[in-house]
Amino acid sequence: MKKTPMLIIGGGPAGLSCAIQAASLGQSVTIVERSHSLGGQLVKQTHKFFGSEKQYASVRGFKIAELLIQEYEKYKDLIEVVLDATVTGLYPDKVCTIVQNGRYYKIKSEVIVVATGASEKFIAFENNDLPGIYGAGAVQTLMNQYGVLPGNKIVMVGSGNIGLIVSYQLMQAGVKVVSVLEAAPLIGGYLVHASKLRRLGVPIHTSKSILKANGSACVESIVIADLDDSWNPIPGTEETVEVDAVCVSVGLSPMHQLLSMVGARILFIPELGGWVPKVSECHETSVDNIFACGDLSGVEEASSAMVEGRLTGLFAARRLLGTIDNDESIHQDLISQLEGLRSGPFGKKTREGLLQMKEEGQC
Amino acid sequence: MRIEKHPILEFSNHQEIAFFYNGKEVLGREGDTIASALHALGIKELSKSIHYKRSRGFYCAIGNCGSCNMTVNDVPNVRTCMTKIEQGMRVFSQPGKGELI
Ligand SMILES: Cc1cc2nc3c(=O)[nH]c(=O)nc-3n(C[C@H](O)[C@H](O)[C@H](O)COP(=O)(O)OP(=O)(O)OC[C@H]3O[C@@H](n4cnc5c(N)ncnc54)[C@H](O)[C@@H]3O)c2cc1C
Ligand code: FES
Repeated sequence: MKKTPMLIIGGGPAGLSCAIQAASLGQSVTIVERSHSLGGQLVKQTHKFFGSEKQYASVRGFKIAELLIQEYEKYKDLIEVVLDATVTGLYPDKVCTIVQNGRYYKIKSEVIVVATGASEKFIAFENNDLPGIYGAGAVQTLMNQYGVLPGNKIVMVGSGNIGLIVSYQLMQAGVKVVSVLEAAPLIGGYLVHASKLRRLGVPIHTSKSILKANGSACVESIVIADLDDSWNPIPGTEETVEVDAVCVSVGLSPMHQLLSMVGARILFIPELGGWVPKVSECHETSVDNIFACGDLSGVEEASSAMVEGRLTGLFAARRLLGTIDNDESIHQDLISQLEGLRSGPFGKKTREGLLQMKEEGQC
Repeated sequence: MRIEKHPILEFSNHQEIAFFYNGKEVLGREGDTIASALHALGIKELSKSIHYKRSRGFYCAIGNCGSCNMTVNDVPNVRTCMTKIEQGMRVFSQPGKGELI
């Protein structure tokens, strides 16, 4: 069985930043990533990021991925990257099972960091399984990574930042966005993104949602309706809209499955995306020497995922190396970056979620 | 349907790769996954659901959901949103659970 001192599952912004931080302190690590490339969700994001300079604000998402990869290349002799490899199991003796190009093998590690990100949520409506109904992230992947159009006429369900941003990117690619539907009475995402769409003539309808899709082998039209205060459809307001694709953007849920499997404590905290692993202030789960960071330990943004990754890299390296030069100053810098990112009205949900996590007692 | 012009991105690799979809030779581009190549050809239905045989397309495109499973080179349940096309690859819609030969 292959052995490594520190294994990171997932090479998105969190996992990659974790590896870079640990390697910069002299710790050798292995990253296992199921995709063909590092970068996680960043590789398909063509818009410029918010945040502060340290988290690459005003740089486009896929460029941030390139910058992180360049940084990793500086530590190439300490960071081993295993691509096209999916971790399928995680066991209490810190053994991971991996499937890579049809081969199944195991890796044992002293310290494991799980940074598997989150997966797109779905909503219930009639025929919601028809081809042509896609997650917003999937549409972004199809367009921006592979240069393929999801359809010609599309309706976006959900007006959070992802829904708004992907709607804009659909228009950039030449797709007609008929409308954005939002079940809540208010638009979920930032006003800048919403205004950009409105300027281009895309209506954003609040208190409205999808009831049904029609079609045989692919979606051909959908039925939408107004919702009352309790989110129930108001009879008589149904309307049929012709589309050849529907984009669903109703939030993300953390991918805690590997941690559930290893017996880590999982909590339900809606503010953090649903089921999340209980982590300590050091990002350690309830299982000794197994850590979690990024969207997995609370759905936020790439900026905070990168800082959390670095922080977790410091904690994990500390566990393996003992004392670390400048430990306190690195620690303080990262903590204050996170506090900065989570301050203000848009960080409220995360702050409340993290408080609940803390109140749940020590691991 | 491929994106021909984009304000930010450039898709310059037009190298064609021939593979087989349900026995028929079709063309994709280098770098395509099976799902993206089929989608570009207008093929959105990838398989049928196991129980009710309902049409299935992809949903997440990053390997989370299994909605894109097809049989590839005789191996069933391959996530086609994660698998790149290769010259001569044999891709089949999968009507059920799939069987290992
Ligand atoms: C459309 C969209 C727009 C966004 N816009 C912004 C923005 O403007 N600003 C911002 O800061 N953030 C933005 N985000 C959020 C940001 O992309 C995520 O918060 C961030 O990518 C989370 O990083 P992560 O490393 O935790 O997870 P991910 O990026 O999801 O990375 C997880 C990695 O783990 C891998 N993985 C998962 N399971 C396994 C397994 N079993 N074995 C091996 N590998 C595995 C995955 O392939 C992936 O590479 C946006 C997200 C989306 C979808
Ligand atoms: S579409 Fe979800 S796994 Fe391929």
